Amino acid sequence: MANLTINGTAHSVDLPDEVPLLWALRDGLNMTGTKFGCGVAACGACTVHIDGEAVRSCQVAIGDVWGEVTTIEGTGTPENLSVLQQAWVDHQVAQCGYCQSGQIMQAAALLAETPRPTDDDIDAAMQGNLCRCGTYPRIRAAIHDAAAKMQEA
Amino acid sequence: MSRIGKIARRTFLIGSAAVVGGVAFGVYVARKPAPNPLTPEDGEVALNPFVVIDEKGVTIIVPKAEMGQGVQTTWATLAAEELDMDPADLRIEHGPPGKAYYNRGMGTQLFPTADYKLSGWQETLGGYLSVAGKLLDGQITGGSTSMVDGFDKMRQAGASARETLKEAAAQRLGVARSKLKTEGGAVIAPDGTRLTYVDLALEAAVLEPETPRLRNPRDWKLIGQSQPRHDQAPKATGTAQFSIDVRLPGMKFAALKRNPHQGGTMAGFDDTEALKLPGVEKVVGLGDGVAVIANNSWSAMQGAEAVVIDWVKGTHPETTDEIYAEIARAMEGEANSTMLERGDVTAPLPERAVEVTAEYSVPYLSHAQMEPLSATALFHGDRLEIWSGNQAPIHSRKVAAEEVGLEVEAVEMHTTLMGGGFGRRGFLDFTRYAARLAAKMPGEPVQLLWSREEDMGHGYYRPGAIGSFRGAVKDGRAVMLDGRIAGQSATASFMKILFGFAPSGPDKGHVEGAFDQPYGIPNARIRGYLADVGVPVGPWRSVGSSVNAFFFDSFLDEMAHAAGTDPLAFRLDLMRGEDSRSAKVLEAVGDACNWTGTTPEGVGRGVGFCYSFGTPVAEVIEVQQTDAGIKIAKAWIAADPGRAIDPQNVRAQLFGGMAYGLSAALHQQITFADGAAEQQNFYDYDAIRMHTMPEVVDIRILENGHRISGIGEPGTPPAASALANALYDLTGVRARRLPLADQFDFAI
Repeated sequence: MANLTINGTAHSVDLPDEVPLLWALRDGLNMTGTKFGCGVAACGACTVHIDGEAVRSCQVAIGDVWGEVTTIEGTGTPENLSVLQQAWVDHQVAQCGYCQSGQIMQAAALLAETPRPTDDDIDAAMQGNLCRCGTYPRIRAAIHDAAAKMQEA
Repeated sequence: MSRIGKIARRTFLIGSAAVVGGVAFGVYVARKPAPNPLTPEDGEVALNPFVVIDEKGVTIIVPKAEMGQGVQTTWATLAAEELDMDPADLRIEHGPPGKAYYNRGMGTQLFPTADYKLSGWQETLGGYLSVAGKLLDGQITGGSTSMVDGFDKMRQAGASARETLKEAAAQRLGVARSKLKTEGGAVIAPDGTRLTYVDLALEAAVLEPETPRLRNPRDWKLIGQSQPRHDQAPKATGTAQFSIDVRLPGMKFAALKRNPHQGGTMAGFDDTEALKLPGVEKVVGLGDGVAVIANNSWSAMQGAEAVVIDWVKGTHPETTDEIYAEIARAMEGEANSTMLERGDVTAPLPERAVEVTAEYSVPYLSHAQMEPLSATALFHGDRLEIWSGNQAPIHSRKVAAEEVGLEVEAVEMHTTLMGGGFGRRGFLDFTRYAARLAAKMPGEPVQLLWSREEDMGHGYYRPGAIGSFRGAVKDGRAVMLDGRIAGQSATASFMKILFGFAPSGPDKGHVEGAFDQPYGIPNARIRGYLADVGVPVGPWRSVGSSVNAFFFDSFLDEMAHAAGTDPLAFRLDLMRGEDSRSAKVLEAVGDACNWTGTTPEGVGRGVGFCYSFGTPVAEVIEVQQTDAGIKIAKAWIAADPGRAIDPQNVRAQLFGGMAYGLSAALHQQITFADGAAEQQNFYDYDAIRMHTMPEVVDIRILENGHRISGIGEPGTPPAASALANALYDLTGVRARRLPLADQFDFAI
């Protein structure tokens, strides 16, 4: 049993302490927006935030979660998209879409730390997030666009 | 749960009116329409197998695997064009498996002829041959055929629904149908009366469906314009439901452990340690492996690793070297095909001709789609519900039914969104194993999930292959090319699994990308040799062309250099008299990148070309030497898919196809030791990433074809040769095998 604060809400998850956060979200709480891609932190599909830091949720046991968790579900909804998600839609980023939750969470952490990232900043931040469809050019464009919009706001 | 899925098992309430079944089929070459698989419930009308109307609006059934290619939006747009509706106002569902959904786009692919040479009568006959797709239950997404299949069909479905709705309005209002028009999902009478499609649906359902002519392309408002994809907000918010996201009340989570020696079996297992793990509930034998059931997927996977299993080894050769020795031996035997034979390649070479020879090889490859395989099933004893992200719903349902010992009608198949497919989801194993497991747990919903390691270790791999080429150049031109290609047949493997037989005779898929290229070389021959190695193989994005474009196009580059001719000019010279459409594509990529044939020190450029799935594609890759290693810096693409229904989507497919090809060319190989795949996960099977992808400077779309052709796969084949050719330009080292990261120092 672990107590977690996820997207501002307290949850208790009835799973062994060593179960990674990814599976507590997906299987324990039916929050399936966070995806499983590799299980070894090699693809970034499971990226969430803990206290604002982008982490691979497949590598953090629920017993070790050290702060508040934010997932893609806490970032926005189809009816109420975040600025970053709106940029994703405007640039029609997704193809299969499976990696995009992780891409968006990684990009959100980048923008929180570096509000106007350069291409090199984007390369450095996003290189752990794999996309097999090849949506990278539009991911880059969406991040730049969101950065500009956030500065205007 | 999908609405249509829910109603599929309901008895049909509206009566014969809604079984108009083949409205869209009236114009098909099939003489007898396939039954409409939709069984609407009260208040719903299925005007044809593709258009359903209920009180909330119009739903378009897109019975295709949505693997990221945007087929749902594009097919709905085709219907919307004729329905006079905003595509954003349409709902889209996959729908149940159905014969009516057979793929009619595969017909011309059956000819033993290069696609660019197909005559008008062959194209017509190809349309007839596509009926075979219906007989074979060919509801299959693959072969880059979705737009070929749907381009007329979905417009006809929309047009037929529109005119039938207008006829209903005509009868209600007592006005001639020709006086009515349609706009924004409503029929408008001359006096301004507006009747919505929803309002008219029940009356339309009892009418004989109309089969109007399709609109003139110059009146199109949507086709040819990029449309916003309907799946973008769900995919940006994590709310899109993939196969792995199915959640049912009380659902159990299962992990799979199968024999790592492909084709092997299991003598027994000991689950004592597995059952001690927290969260693990039980272990179930599945024949050639076990499923471990737990209250979460991770514990199930831990459990799967803890089961001690007595494996019986498989039958195929145990090491990569033995496998390639077997492939090389096939080349010593009789050819399976000689699909290109022109002039005489055995005649003595003319004086002053320079002979060129080269041996190439490519590795086995995993599809490595982002979403690992999974399926979810619930066995009720007398019926089965199953959720699976697959490219062949009729066949998937059939194997699920086999596993639980029921008729197919007792199986309700839900085809979900797919986190990538690339050919892997055309296979039936994930659906079959989930049904097998569910049969042993009646009343309990269970999701069976492959770990990445299980997925990579149990592929239907892109076959490894060897290419042996001999050619001659004289006066700057190619005068002879003789190629031999050896490997396993992806097509035969796939056909055997889906249809129970593999056609005998020349294997076109095995040599496509080489025998069918638009070059007027006066003496040319391509022979194929099939190796019966036994490694599970199958179609991998662009199938044979993924192999043969690397062999053939690299060899053309070698010949150009031997001839002392610019590689792009060398290709164009051979192409112009053979296929002007291909030549225009090559010219376009040359224009786009301002090809001069020379590059500054530290920069290399290579051109690659392949005509596949009816679409010529040319790519130029620029590599740069940096302090950190070689960088794949820039890319230019030109392609001619006949018609670009949605240009933004076409560009995405072309770049994505190239990225998929570059990923393989750079990093990927499946090798074997002890009969098992050695690669496990993305750390030893990497792909192009944000920092290693090239900047795409320009993608040019030409529309000189007289018919629509494929776009999902044709971007892949030229990528490997364009990159290898660029590396040669930069370093003077010719790459004749893949992957390239083993041979060059890349900035990674």
